This record gives sequence, structure tokens and C-alpha cells, in this order.
Amino acid sequence: MDPMDEAELARQAARAQRAAARAERAAGPVAVRVQNVSITYRTTFERVPTFKNAIVRFGRGQKAVKEIEAVKSVTFDVPVGTSLGIIGANGAGKSTLMRAMAGILPPTSGRIEVHGRVSTLLALGVGFNGQLSGRENVILGGLASGLSRREVEERADEVAEFADIGEFMDAPMRTYSSGMFSRLAFSVAVHMKPDILMIDEALSAGDAVFKRKATAKMSELMKSSRAMFLVSHALASVRELCNDAIWLHQGKLMMHGDPEDVISAYNRFMEVGEDAFNLEDL
Amino acid sequence: MTSSHPAPLRPTGTVADVHVYEPHRAGLPKKIGPYFRELWERREFASELSRSGIRAANTRTVFGQVWLVLNPLLLALVYYLLVNVLSGQSQGMDFFAHLTAGLFTFYFISGCMGTGAASVVGGGRLLLNTAFPRLLLPLSSVRTAFYRFLPTLPVWLVFYLFADSRQFTWLTLLSLVFLAMIVVFSAGLAAIFATLQVYFRDTAAFLPYFIRIWLYLSPVILTVDRLHAYAAKAGAEHLLYLNPLYSLLGGFTELLVGSRMPNWHMWVAAVSWTLIAAVAGAWYFMSRERDFAVRI
Repeated sequence: MDPMDEAELARQAARAQRAAARAERAAGPVAVRVQNVSITYRTTFERVPTFKNAIVRFGRGQKAVKEIEAVKSVTFDVPVGTSLGIIGANGAGKSTLMRAMAGILPPTSGRIEVHGRVSTLLALGVGFNGQLSGRENVILGGLASGLSRREVEERADEVAEFADIGEFMDAPMRTYSSGMFSRLAFSVAVHMKPDILMIDEALSAGDAVFKRKATAKMSELMKSSRAMFLVSHALASVRELCNDAIWLHQGKLMMHGDPEDVISAYNRFMEVGEDAFNLEDL
Repeated sequence: MTSSHPAPLRPTGTVADVHVYEPHRAGLPKKIGPYFRELWERREFASELSRSGIRAANTRTVFGQVWLVLNPLLLALVYYLLVNVLSGQSQGMDFFAHLTAGLFTFYFISGCMGTGAASVVGGGRLLLNTAFPRLLLPLSSVRTAFYRFLPTLPVWLVFYLFADSRQFTWLTLLSLVFLAMIVVFSAGLAAIFATLQVYFRDTAAFLPYFIRIWLYLSPVILTVDRLHAYAAKAGAEHLLYLNPLYSLLGGFTELLVGSRMPNWHMWVAAVSWTLIAAVAGAWYFMSRERDFAVRI
């Protein structure tokens, strides 16, 4: 048989296997259920909202707030055991949807049901105060998300070890390089032992060695956590780590299905070849 | 509610930890109980935030933590010069003990407002990416202000020991009740200014002037008796109670420095203002806090 056909057959077999696995998971319990969710938020285009501007606006009878429909009637179920890749262009509403699932932004309409403790994108909150050390930032973020002091302190040590930033862990975060910063952020995300893990673009952290370590850690976590969400522009990591994918475009759910299919549809839609993403994918 | 993929009926999940997020923007959270339970469970976060904030604030200065005592000393020196030297007449230690007690406590209240106003806006990335009861942020700044206030007490005590009117009775202890009311009142103010600052970034710029005027209207430089005498001359002594600090700060210094029991008007006014500030602050903050993540 032609080797091309053989490869094609193997791919089809793998796809059928994945489809069967998806069907099996779908019959089990859900981890996250998103029903008809729309998120509209009002924001202001003033760079800094001030009193003077408010008075001037009031005088002119203008309104400063602009409604932004970030997510429009999105519905999907995430069964236990899923690692869901969320892809889409900039401004598609990916991060907004994640924040809604983490309970940070309330939906404008619809309903979100989450079974389990969410890591709440804690990683991205790290470094909110540059005057504090990395360790203090990690401890504060952990306490805010509801862990006990003992749990947080244990994890802070694991985080420091995994991030491998040495004595910088106890230095103020304003002294960090951007690589150290994102290594710490990623390390926090994966060490908080959540039931549901959410990672937002954090895989682009650090150098090649750290990236490999990070990928290995993610695969390990997929086995222990109930569900995982990965927002990424690095399509290769979505293909590698996810067994389910959704594609958002301007707030609408365009497609939900096998990562292979969703990614190729997305690439066709964006009219970019696969090559365009290889640079950032390592 | 309709769903385009109606889910089959089956038991969902095995974990007890189920969260449902539904539309809810303005107004108080639907369930106040769980909100306050979570607030209490995460109190450790507020104290840790305040502790590390205090530690970080002085790391780049030469004197470091010594500033906590140095600040009130310098403040007392400034007012000593102002009162005794510039006015050309010596006011005596009694007055000075009264002045520093009022002044240090007033600075605690204004500290709550200042750091409270900055607390939510300064929460930045933590606020955007972590779900927690936001009320922890202004409460944490109240703790910070209180820990800055504590080292001023020994400084005041030294002045008071040199005052002729010094006496320690059970009335001195009773002043703690007024101090507790002041703390709760300030927490309410911190929540109000934290919310205002999110919507009007000018709030923090206006604050120092507002605080300065409030200082002159309150029984700090003038005693309660003198303020009352002035107001009575104009026939407006009831207007005094419109200033929350007249009863709160006045009652506190009367007990602590003057060893005099405040009259029942003072008690009623102080308790009322404490309740008003606490309820209004918590209500205003909590009904707005879900909006913070998109406003920062």
C-alpha cells in the first residue's frame, strides 16, 4: 500500500478513537456547563475616569460607557476528563469566557455551572504588587483564592523549586526579568492543585528547557485534574495537550469538536497556513 | 432559559463544591450569608496583604520600620512648634496631650480613607484574575492604618505622663469602646472611598483637602468644650452632631485625656454614625464590586 494512504489511514483510525473517547466522556458527569451565556460589559474609553470629565459629559448629555459584547450566547458542556483548548483571534472573548467560568465576571445572561474548585487563573494575578517578593505574591494569591496558610506555604516551596528562579523568589518582583516572571506565573498555576485548571497563554513561558518541563507537567496534570482549559495562540500546544476544542470568533462559538478539525477550520478561516504558528510553537 | 444542546438528565459530578454563576450585576449579592462566611474564611489574606504592604513600604528607606515611630514624633514636633512657638504663648502639657491624642487618632481615620481609596485600584491583576470577596481589600487597609496608629500610643503616653491632668481610671478603659467604634466607622469610610476611587480617579487627589478641612472642623485642635461654646454662641450646637468625628473623636479624647464621661448625646451620635458608616460602606461596596473587574 502507498505510504501516504497508510499515514492517512492511521490518522483516521486515531480520529475515530478520539471520537469514541469523546462520546464516552460526554456520557459521564460534567465538570463545567456553559448554557447560553452572553457577557456584555460596559466600559469607558476614557483612559482615566475623572470627576471633571464626568461633569463635562453630564453637561453635554453624553454617556461615557460603551457596551462591549464580549461573549454571545455560547453553550457547551465540558465533561470530566476533558482538556479543552480555546482558540480564536485576539479579542474573540476567550479570556472573558475563562473569567466568567472562574466566577470573576458575572454573565449578563445564561448560566454557568462549575463542579469543583477552579484555579481561577491565579497565575496571572501573581506580580500584582512589584514591591513584594515572588514568595509574598504567591502566598497572597493563594490566600485570596481560599487556601489555608499551611497549604499555601507548602505550595510556595514547590512553586519556587519548579520555577527554578533561585534566590529571586525572595526578591521584589520589580527586579524580575520577563522570563522569570512568566516561569513563576506558570509554576503557580500548576501547583495550586485545583480540580479544574485554567491556563491562559502561560505556555509561552520561559526558554526551551522550561517549555519542555512545562509541557510534561501539563500532561501529568491532565490525569489528576477533573478538567483543564487552555487558552492559547500556540495551536501546536492545543493539538498536543487537548482532547477537545472550541473556537470563538467575535464572541460567538464557531465550532466545538476534535482539536484537529477545529484547528484546521480555524486556519482556513483566518487564511493563514500552519506555518504561521510554527515560530512561536518552538 | 433555553439551551441549544439540551443536556440529558443524569447526576452531574461527584464533588460537593458546585458553583453556579448567573446574571447579577447591580445590587447586593443574593446570599449575604455565604459572602460574609467567605470573607471570614479568607481574613488571613487581608492581614497578610496588610503585613507585607507595611514591610514593603519602607524597604527602600534608610530608617525602615523605625518610620512607624518616627512619623508620629515628627508630627507631634510640627504641632508643638505650631502651637507653642508660632502662637507665642505656651499652651501647657495638658493641651498638648489632648492635641496629640486627637491628632494621632485623626491620622488613623484619614489613613483608612487614603489607603482604602487606593486598595481596590491597586489590586490590579489580582482583582482581574482571582475571585474573592473584594471587601477584603479595604479591610486590609484598615488593618494597615491601625498598625501605623499603634506605635503612636506610647508617644502620646509620654506626653500624657507629663500633663498635670493625668489620671488613669476606668474611664480611660472605657475610651476603648469609642476607639472600637472609630475603627468600624473608618472601615465603612474605607469601603466607600475604595468604591468611589474606581469610578472617579480624582477621589484620591481631592482627599487631602477634604481631610484637612475635616481636621479643622473636628475636636482635635479645639477641645469639645471650646467647639461647643463657639457653636452655642451661634445657636447651632446641634449642627455639631452632623460631623461624625465630633461625637466619635470628641468622646474618645474626653474619656482618654479628660477622664470625663461624654453625655448621652455623644453616645447616641457616636453609635449612630458608626452604624451608618458601616452599613452604607458595606452596602455601597458590595453592590458595586462585581463591576470592578471591568473598571480597573
